[in-house]
Amino acid sequence: MACIEARGLRKTFGRTVALDGIDLRVEEGRILGIIGPNGAGKTTALQAMLGLTPFQGELSVLGRDPWTERDRLMHDVAFIADVAVLPRWLRVSQAMDYVEGVHPRFDRARAEEFLAKTDIRRDGKVGQMSKGMVAQLHLALVMAIDARLLVLDEPTLGLDILYRKQFYDSLLNDYFDHSRTIVVTTHQVEELQDVLTDLMFMDRGRIVLDCGMEAFETRFLEVMVRPEHAAAARALGPVHERQLFGRGILLFDGVDRRELAALGDVRTPGIADVFVAVVGSQAHAQGGER
Amino acid sequence: MSPAVDAVLEPAAGVEETGPRAAPARTRPLYWSVRRELWENRSIYLAPLSVAVFAVTALLVHGATMPSHMPGMLANDPAHAGTASVSYRVGGLLVLMTTFVVAAFYCLEALSSERRDRSVLFWKSLPVSDRTTVLAKATIPLGVLPLITVAAVVATQLAIFLISAVTLLVLGQGVAPLWGELHLFRLWTAMLYGVAIMMLWHAPVYGFLLLVSGWARRTAVLWAVLPLLALGVVEKLTMNTAYVASMVTYRLLGWYGKAFAIPAREEIPFSPLNRLTPGRILGSADLWLGLAFAALCLAAAARLRRQREPG
Repeated sequence: MACIEARGLRKTFGRTVALDGIDLRVEEGRILGIIGPNGAGKTTALQAMLGLTPFQGELSVLGRDPWTERDRLMHDVAFIADVAVLPRWLRVSQAMDYVEGVHPRFDRARAEEFLAKTDIRRDGKVGQMSKGMVAQLHLALVMAIDARLLVLDEPTLGLDILYRKQFYDSLLNDYFDHSRTIVVTTHQVEELQDVLTDLMFMDRGRIVLDCGMEAFETRFLEVMVRPEHAAAARALGPVHERQLFGRGILLFDGVDRRELAALGDVRTPGIADVFVAVVGSQAHAQGGER
Repeated sequence: MSPAVDAVLEPAAGVEETGPRAAPARTRPLYWSVRRELWENRSIYLAPLSVAVFAVTALLVHGATMPSHMPGMLANDPAHAGTASVSYRVGGLLVLMTTFVVAAFYCLEALSSERRDRSVLFWKSLPVSDRTTVLAKATIPLGVLPLITVAAVVATQLAIFLISAVTLLVLGQGVAPLWGELHLFRLWTAMLYGVAIMMLWHAPVYGFLLLVSGWARRTAVLWAVLPLLALGVVEKLTMNTAYVASMVTYRLLGWYGKAFAIPAREEIPFSPLNRLTPGRILGSADLWLGLAFAALCLAAAARLRRQREPG
């Protein structure tokens, strides 16, 4: 059974189309990264999956309709919407008490274990903690939940580089175990490259790229072309071209690696480079999340 | 309250679908949702308690500044007829009024503050239904606050009585006449009844305020008050009547005249048990219509909480 399955998922806010009838299927045990500019519909898509917003079209998460069965779905789904959503008045001990009191799959000992590795005090209040510590607390709560699907919407927004690194390290080492599924959106794409198993680009409410990371690495190749081969390289139809230190860097989609090797140094491009090529720079002019 | 029972049994519904995973621990979503309201809104118990402390302090100060009054007042000297009970009445009344104000403001904030600080995204990430959440919030004015009020009033009156008793003993007078006059246990029984009736009578007010809180993006207090005020003013200007005003007054104060046979002026309102008229208030259609309205408001508030976009 697919973990998430959507057909013709559509959502409009007034005359703005946030989701323009997307189809999507996420199998269990995958780590899917959804990348897109502001206003691409990523957050709306996640909110629909979590039962936070009504939608048109078909959507099933772990076999349930998230809109009508949110509370039951949350037995098996955990999510971090963004780092600032823990209320300021909440104490660490109260957060633990509450989640333990309402969530049948919350393992308090495990959460304590995560917290022991941080500087967070049990009697501390969220309002007195730094952004990074709040993120650590939220992650400790979420990772102690034996969920089948974890959804993270910009979980590292506003965190410094050390916290971000720690965040993804804990997620991979302490949490992910191939029976769980993780869906994550972020702007910090470079940090996700080695983490993801699947990649999806969204732009203006549509999915513009949907592929596994293995396929990504064979499909997209970047060549630092030697000047004498420039014309030959362009003849192969690069999807994008940029200049670096006076040399042309050409990005190819679906061209054979051996063919490219003759033209210059071939390497796997970064997600960000492919993103720029596929989505194009004009999308950034839009701005405004949701 | 069958929704409450359902809510408590909620996790049981998930048990059958756990499959190979470990059996889930027992959870109590309603209980913990009420607890979290108390964590967030400490005024729920701090306000009635501080008024109680204030009432006791006021009596102490009064006694200390006017020592000549004390013996007569405490012992119910004919020259000070009824004054012994006055401090009990005023203390109790202050706490009751405080409770109503705290409850009203709590309701107005209950569903809008979690949207404003976006913490609703955290609460909704947990397996607690919107119905359970709204029910937990309604439990504060309808269950928790009345109990705290009764406890605060009982504590206030006990404290006042103890202070009076010690003063009388120091002055070399007996305590028995004072105790005999006060009938504290009867007073408390009547108060428990009064508070319960008041809570039921005010339920539609709280339900309405919760609904406004779930609906209004900001300044819920204005959305709750202004439409009624505008209606009242328009009515007064166009027809020179005051139905809206009297309707509001009736909904706020009408319970008292139905729940008690109005006592003569110098009597203690809650004291005589034979002045309770439970038959009259429970037979009143207005009480039941109000409760039905409250239930509708809560159902609508739960629906709104599901539909409202966060932020």
